[in-house]
Amino acid sequence: MEEEKKKEDVFETVWKFLASVKLAVAVFIILALSSIIGTIVEQQAEPAKNIALLAKFFGDSAAPTVYNIFAKLGFMDMYRSWWFVSFLIIFSINLIVCSLDRFPKTWKLVKMPLKPLAENVIRTLPVKKETKLKTTLNAAKDEFFNSLRSSKYQVLESNENNAVQLYCEKWRYARLGVYVVHLSIILIFLGAIIGARFGFGGYLNLPEGEESDVAFITEGGKIPLGFSVKCNWYNTKYYEGIDTPQEFQSELAIIENGKEVLKKVIEVNSPLTYKGITFYQSSYGMVPNANGYFILGIKPNGGQQNTLSLRFGDTFEIPGTGITGTIVDFSPALGRDPRTGELATYAENMVNPAIAIQFNMPGQEGFKGWIFRRYPQTGILPGGHEVKFDDYWGVEYTGLQVRKDPGVWLIYFACIIMAIGLYVTFFISHKKIWIHLAHEAPGGKGPVRISIGGMTHRNRLAFEKEIEHILARASHAIEGKHTKK
Amino acid sequence: MTSQTFFNISAGAYIAAMVIYIIYLVTRNRTVGITATTVTIFGFVSQTIAFLSRWSHSYDFWVRSNPASGFIESLLRAAPLRNLYESLIFFVWSIILIHLVIEFKYKVRSLGAFVTPIAALVLLFIDISGTSKEIQPLMPALQSNWLLFHVLLAFLGYAAFGVSFGAAAAYIVMITESKKEKTYIFWSIIIGIFIVVLIAMGIDFMSLSSAERSELIQSHFLKATFRSESGGVVAISWAISIAFVLAVWQFGLGLKKVLSSLSLTPNMLDEITYKSINVGFPLFTIGGLLMGAIWANSAWGKYWSWDPKETWSLITWFVYALYLHARYVKGWRGKRVAILAVIGFIAVIFTYLGVNLVLSGLHSYGSE
Repeated sequence: MEEEKKKEDVFETVWKFLASVKLAVAVFIILALSSIIGTIVEQQAEPAKNIALLAKFFGDSAAPTVYNIFAKLGFMDMYRSWWFVSFLIIFSINLIVCSLDRFPKTWKLVKMPLKPLAENVIRTLPVKKETKLKTTLNAAKDEFFNSLRSSKYQVLESNENNAVQLYCEKWRYARLGVYVVHLSIILIFLGAIIGARFGFGGYLNLPEGEESDVAFITEGGKIPLGFSVKCNWYNTKYYEGIDTPQEFQSELAIIENGKEVLKKVIEVNSPLTYKGITFYQSSYGMVPNANGYFILGIKPNGGQQNTLSLRFGDTFEIPGTGITGTIVDFSPALGRDPRTGELATYAENMVNPAIAIQFNMPGQEGFKGWIFRRYPQTGILPGGHEVKFDDYWGVEYTGLQVRKDPGVWLIYFACIIMAIGLYVTFFISHKKIWIHLAHEAPGGKGPVRISIGGMTHRNRLAFEKEIEHILARASHAIEGKHTKK
Repeated sequence: MTSQTFFNISAGAYIAAMVIYIIYLVTRNRTVGITATTVTIFGFVSQTIAFLSRWSHSYDFWVRSNPASGFIESLLRAAPLRNLYESLIFFVWSIILIHLVIEFKYKVRSLGAFVTPIAALVLLFIDISGTSKEIQPLMPALQSNWLLFHVLLAFLGYAAFGVSFGAAAAYIVMITESKKEKTYIFWSIIIGIFIVVLIAMGIDFMSLSSAERSELIQSHFLKATFRSESGGVVAISWAISIAFVLAVWQFGLGLKKVLSSLSLTPNMLDEITYKSINVGFPLFTIGGLLMGAIWANSAWGKYWSWDPKETWSLITWFVYALYLHARYVKGWRGKRVAILAVIGFIAVIFTYLGVNLVLSGLHSYGSE
């Protein structure tokens, strides 16, 4: 017996500790303070970077030692370190236990049937008002009934000897809002666990025209997709006249069993999802030593446009004109050097691609001209013929983030219920009102004495205003009737 | 008139309002009080016009480069909340809005003397930090429907926190009995450092050529004073700053006399702090954290990646969660929670500015 009691006491103490706000306060502080470390020390970075950072504080000679200590403490990948995760677990346990500990009391309050109160009790409630009105008991009752109804209360009535009591409540379930918020936090943790356990995060750099049936995991190794993804083309779209990117775009095709089943142009905020795996536009670049195709649109004056794909050095003819052109030069980013005024390549990426074409025509002297992809008017030849530089295809790759996260739906769901829970918790309160009405003198004589009492679990100031309003509305209606008479 | 003209008018009005509110604080003259409110409302209306006008310009700008974009989409993409300059201006707008709501709801005019200086400091910061005022093209990562709602709600939250900071700071002054109290020392040092940093930035600003000014924060922050190459300048900067902070500590208590002669009571300030955190917390959680996470997931495929911006907003969230639990569940009142409200707003400032200016992260485009 004794032993059992002791056990129970220990359990009780542990439970109380885990449910305590003190623990919550401590965990909040620890999580907040330790999170700061992770924002200063660069996470999962090359050691050299952080050693350089530490050298600023501890000096060059001490920095490597301090780095090693910090690394042992998990500061370099802190949010995944055993102790940080432990605090997150303690945080969740605290959240669950304190919710379980408090919930029965709250539930009781929610489920407690509303009962009339004695007048002297009403007069001691947190929010109270008293007044006397010259009218009959019935008239007063009707007007207060209407006034409460107008404020969206479901009014109950109880008749006592020579007295009437109206009582009502609103938003009793608002008391549960905070539990919804707590639950949503737990659901977010669950969603994160599901994502970490059953999902993956990787990347894939796909050159234009190539396909892959695997993605590469950030930590090393590869993971099969179960289908193939192909990059048809990649393009950086720029704002007109300036080198500020407007959009990074790739056209991806999903190929399953040799057949194309899905095709989409993805952009930064518009990924492609297939069978639970999502491809996000994340970077781009040039494929080293690639030999691509120049895609040209050729249109003789008044004629039809003809699309050609050519290699460097190839020669083409503008149909019916006898004019021939040879691709003799290419620049990914051609511009004028601001100092010398000469044409020069100013970037490695295809910021402002241009090709140089040597044109030759029968009986006339040939000439060389640069045609810019972003400025099609540079391709209009004397005589109105057009040569459009559409693309240099096969030389860029698209950088994709590849992710599968089966927990994300739970996260979204948790976000929605957290928003609802927060709204209810902070903007809605459980309100109860009692109004006791009785004639001042016995036997239905004298003015009617009105005692109003109310309780709310938060936002008392607003509640006081509401009660004042209810009182004013009813008094006004009663007085209005009297003056009419 | 252009957006910039209206904005300049509103900035002038807010600074005038600050002066009038402070005169009101001292004289307690009703007419002065009404004038302060009127000037604030005038500034607010003017700023609203400036905001809408900038939005409309930015709409034209967007449609020019995206002719295929529909009306609603263009409207969402054109919201002038894209960079540090625009967001700071929106912060000023939000804090004035929340102040006006509180002024009318609680009939506390004197709070204006604490809130308008925050607005004026932000305006000053905008001017001396040399942030670009041009309408800039929207970069790909920001082209999302979440931009407007995420920034709008988060900033209304920040502004509510700003009001709570003003009220909590006033509260701490009011309950201070002696200059040796820890709370008061803490408060006066924070305010002192705040002003010192702003003045130091002002000196940076004046020492730079106009071309360099646009990079004040990124490359020249405090280079003219604390981080100067001359050891003498550094030493003098420190000496003057310490003297200044001490002076704030010495004379800050004078505010108490002014405050206690007013209709302001500590209880009311405590209530305003609590109320504004009650409004700010859900707005910040929903707009800042939840919408931010959902947006991050649709742009990068990761709803949470512990980048400094995310982590600092979580730290801010922890501080205010702590405030609410301490006050509502534990029933803490007074000094202790007022300090939490002050710390909370310091975390807000760091989340908003410090991360962009000092630390790097996915949100680094905010510093442009």
